[in-house]
Amino acid sequence: MAQYTNYILVCGGTGCRASQSEKIIGNLKAAVEKNGLQKNVQVIRTGCFGFCEKGPVVKMIPDNTFYVQVQPGDADELVKEHLVKGRKVERLLYVNPETNEQILDSKHIDFYKKQLRVALRNCGFINPENIDEYIARDGYVALGKAITEMTPEEVIKEIMDSGLRGRGGGGFPTGLKWQITRKVQASQKYVVCNADEGDPGAFMDRSILEGDPHSIVEAMAINGYCTGANKGLVYIRAEYPLAVERLMIAIKQAKEYGLLGDNIFGSGFSFDIEIRYGAGAFVCGEETALIHSMEGLRGEATVKPPFPSEQGYKGYPTNVNNVETYANIPVILLKGAKWFSSIGTEKSKGTKVFALAGKVNNVGLIEVPMGTTLREVIFGIGGGIKDGKKFKAVQTGGPSGGCLTEKHLDLPIDYDNLLAAGSMMGSGGMIVMDENDCMVAMAKFYLDFTVEESCGKCAPCRIGNKRLHEILQKITSGNGTEDDLDRLRNLAMVIKDTALCGLGQTSPNPVLSTMDNFYDEYLAHVHDHRCPSHQCRELTQYYINPEKCKGCTLCARVCPVHAITGDRKVPHVIDLQVCIRCGTCMDKCKFDAVYVH
Amino acid sequence: METVKLIIDKKQVEVSKGTTILDAAKSVGIQIPTLCYMKLEDLHYENNPGACRICVVEIEGRRNLAPSCKTECIEGMVVKTHTPRVMNARKTVMELILSNHPAECLTCSSNGHCELQVIAHDLGIREIRYAGEQSKFQIDRSPSIVRNMNKCIMCRRCETMCNSIQTVGALTAVNRGFNAAVSTAFERDIAGSTCSYCGQCVSVCPVNALSGRNTQQPVLDALADPAKIVIAQTAPAVRTALGRDFGFEPGTLVTGKMVSALRQLGFDYVFDTDFAADLTIMEEGTELLQRLGKYLNGDEKVKIPMMTSCCPGWVSFVEQHFPELRENLSTAKSPQQMFGAIAKSYFAKILGIDRKNLVVVSIMPCLAKKYEASRPEFSVDGNPDVDISIYTRELARLIRYANIDFNELPDSDFDHPLGESTGAGIIFGTTGGVIEAACRTAYELFTKKVLHKVDFEELRGMEGIRSATIDFEGVPVKIGIAHGLGNARKLIEEVKNGTSPYHAIEVMACPGGCIGGGGQPFHRGRMEVLRKRATALYQEDVNKPLRKSHENPYIQKLYKEFLGEPCGPLAHKLLHTHYIDRKEIVGLYMQTDKRD
Repeated sequence: MAQYTNYILVCGGTGCRASQSEKIIGNLKAAVEKNGLQKNVQVIRTGCFGFCEKGPVVKMIPDNTFYVQVQPGDADELVKEHLVKGRKVERLLYVNPETNEQILDSKHIDFYKKQLRVALRNCGFINPENIDEYIARDGYVALGKAITEMTPEEVIKEIMDSGLRGRGGGGFPTGLKWQITRKVQASQKYVVCNADEGDPGAFMDRSILEGDPHSIVEAMAINGYCTGANKGLVYIRAEYPLAVERLMIAIKQAKEYGLLGDNIFGSGFSFDIEIRYGAGAFVCGEETALIHSMEGLRGEATVKPPFPSEQGYKGYPTNVNNVETYANIPVILLKGAKWFSSIGTEKSKGTKVFALAGKVNNVGLIEVPMGTTLREVIFGIGGGIKDGKKFKAVQTGGPSGGCLTEKHLDLPIDYDNLLAAGSMMGSGGMIVMDENDCMVAMAKFYLDFTVEESCGKCAPCRIGNKRLHEILQKITSGNGTEDDLDRLRNLAMVIKDTALCGLGQTSPNPVLSTMDNFYDEYLAHVHDHRCPSHQCRELTQYYINPEKCKGCTLCARVCPVHAITGDRKVPHVIDLQVCIRCGTCMDKCKFDAVYVH
Repeated sequence: METVKLIIDKKQVEVSKGTTILDAAKSVGIQIPTLCYMKLEDLHYENNPGACRICVVEIEGRRNLAPSCKTECIEGMVVKTHTPRVMNARKTVMELILSNHPAECLTCSSNGHCELQVIAHDLGIREIRYAGEQSKFQIDRSPSIVRNMNKCIMCRRCETMCNSIQTVGALTAVNRGFNAAVSTAFERDIAGSTCSYCGQCVSVCPVNALSGRNTQQPVLDALADPAKIVIAQTAPAVRTALGRDFGFEPGTLVTGKMVSALRQLGFDYVFDTDFAADLTIMEEGTELLQRLGKYLNGDEKVKIPMMTSCCPGWVSFVEQHFPELRENLSTAKSPQQMFGAIAKSYFAKILGIDRKNLVVVSIMPCLAKKYEASRPEFSVDGNPDVDISIYTRELARLIRYANIDFNELPDSDFDHPLGESTGAGIIFGTTGGVIEAACRTAYELFTKKVLHKVDFEELRGMEGIRSATIDFEGVPVKIGIAHGLGNARKLIEEVKNGTSPYHAIEVMACPGGCIGGGGQPFHRGRMEVLRKRATALYQEDVNKPLRKSHENPYIQKLYKEFLGEPCGPLAHKLLHTHYIDRKEIVGLYMQTDKRD
């Protein structure tokens, strides 16, 4: 067996793969061979590193050198310089944007410095397709401990004591859910992993499944042991081919090692996992809809109770937990409830993974202790707002959440604080908006999504969301009245109050929270027929200031609809009838001559 | 029994555990409006998807409003059913539903008995604050059922009937969000689906998204045509329910008024399908005896149990879902089709006219009968045996349209020769009736003895599946009865598995039999209405001087003068049929006739 002294970790997450990380891996392997290092150096495809903004990412072990935005063509140089000659390839190192210093090691990059990786502990460290690497990092020890040393009650107590709450959005205490499922008497029980990640921009579940699939397999087996289920089902979006592939490999390997299957560790406990594919309907992330979809029925929610813990898949008690929730389980058993509950706030323990996106410098996947403030996340880890613009709002919880503003920046993030502020944790989407974003248009954007994703079962969601969207459309096109604002709020409140499932009950949140926090923007659209952020095209008109225009003709040449005319060195004019308000002229003008009104 | 105590609108209520807030409120006289909710008491089935959100109530300590139809009472619960929050929510949701429902009330056939109208009225809707885009679905017209999904409010009752009660599986919700609708697999037309045309979906639709195909105008056209002789045949179940549309109590027999009304409408002869029911018994009873005889002699090829074939919904169901068992169906045509075949041969000959100048209109409790009449094997040279089939509600509409004061009409009798019937023909309209009528005749033909006790009580009732053994003087004849296709499925599965204990099985596709047909005035799942209709039929049976089909003098005359022997060559030609494997045909998808 080869004894490697060096490892090259290459991000094999979906984002980096889209930026040719597979080719980088191929080139690195070739370069290693070319230099005769194949006995000492191993190239490993890992899961997501999280720092997607700077991908593809390559990391050298043991010295932890962190190379960013690597191209396939850089492979030769990396091997020759870093491994053969022992010199860093400086042009590929991360540069701190504030100090302009090159940083050698990921531990000293702000993006990672402030994170605490529990659920993502193995992502970017191990080859997810190799069970030995997972085992080398204490993988399956928790399962062994649970099955051979603890009773199911003891395991459940540990989970309850840890204070772990569901990471899929609801925040229901995980241990309690397990206990309820355990207590129900039935001839058959199921545990389900909800991997139907649907929030726009959220990819924490995908990253965990791509980067550390064995942690999910292990946790589901522990869950099965506790609840009395011998069958696990993973409901995963079919659009996650890489996650599916790696999960299938993990299940196969676990079976080969006797960690799944009959009589695990000779304990008499048997457990098996099957994969069920989702077609990408957002509503199927709701547990009753998810179960119906797995049963081959239409993916629509049913009224609870009965809860799945009592009557779930095919009528049997079914424990449904989200991917990230599962990812926390093995660590809790290894390090103890006390350790886990020492992290976080009073009612929200542990860490939370967020998909940081939008107008923030460091877009990516991050994990922070509960109780971290929004400011730390957005400005500390996220590196602040892009292009030096002003922060305006952050949408947490995806389309079901709400937007939080400047005044919420120092709010410690936990389930209850976010709810109280009119938003929610959700699955952990976090979209940052700057001063150029129109909040009415933002609410409309999210409604677009919920209108599309409503299952159509209950009237408030099916028709109500459509009407909300229509009213927002009316407002953003300058035809809204103050009466529309009253109608909008009433309808949003009624939908929240009457819709059948979580999707419908939360779908008006973006409307309500923007109305609460940015009512002046709504009024500007309605009273002045003006969009303060110049985002709503129908309310925006572009003009050229003749005093500033030099007649360089650039705007006329870039205008896609030829709406700009003018002779050389003579101020140009925009034909408002033709203009489609795309803003290209304004972006391109070097003399700041184009303005909007 | 464990009970829970709660407070609803300041009233102390004690109910058994598991009771919904809706039922608990009802028990103390608080009526909470409902729309999608439907309780089919005797079928032990509730449609309560919790989808319309009209029945929401406020529960202290709960974050959002709760659907009362779907929320169980819990000890100590404090419920408020008409707070401003609740009332505003109901009204707003109702406005939403109305905003996507065509405002065609004045021209809608549900006008006056539409549940949506009633609730809109009760909630005092005077404007729709949330008007917007409306659904635009193509209207789907099959021979029996018209589907206008633009009116659908997604209560899902039709799905419950089609899937849970009837197990036909033709209807399901498709698409998402605002585009969601109830449709068929692959959104085919109804005619290309597994629909059996039983019409139970129509009978529970609270609006008019599902309705019967309207063929009143062709009737009026025929009546106005001087070159045509137009005759009517009326099915037994119609007379028990027609009065309902004119304010009579459920189950009031209006036979005489119905006959007078048809005469006033201009029908040249008003006959009775019951006559054809007696004829059916002659053929089907004889067939049963022939099959039984072979079976008792050890013939293994004979198909036993014999299954009745009067119900076109049931026949479709067998042809589509169990085509391999279609030879178990009696080859005897249904009474409607026997009537048509005899009218256009025997009666046309009596009148001395060409069958093309004789128009047979059937008045049926049934939507599937329209489809049955259109089956190509039931026509001669393109001229159908039954030209037009209308259902009970259509007849009521015609009577109103012709400004006939139904309530003041005198009673009158059916015409001869096709209007005379026995009590056996009458009870064809209710579950168990066909087989009871068959037993009365088969017993006498088989034993050559007079049957004194003609009431086979053991065959009656409203249980979904019933069985009885009738003693034919030492030969025990085992009979199974099912009404509702879901129940029928259970019996036919037994036949398929070879475990059926029966010699004969009677099936009617609709719950209650024809009295609960899809063309009857709506019973909205209220089984007491069906019970009253059944009682009326049994009463009419008792009132008849003759109660065995073979004693009908006009039937005897028909065989003597025209048909010859029951199941003889001419009878076979005119009164028997064959069945088709429609698994294939459904698969091929026949495009439907788009005209209305």
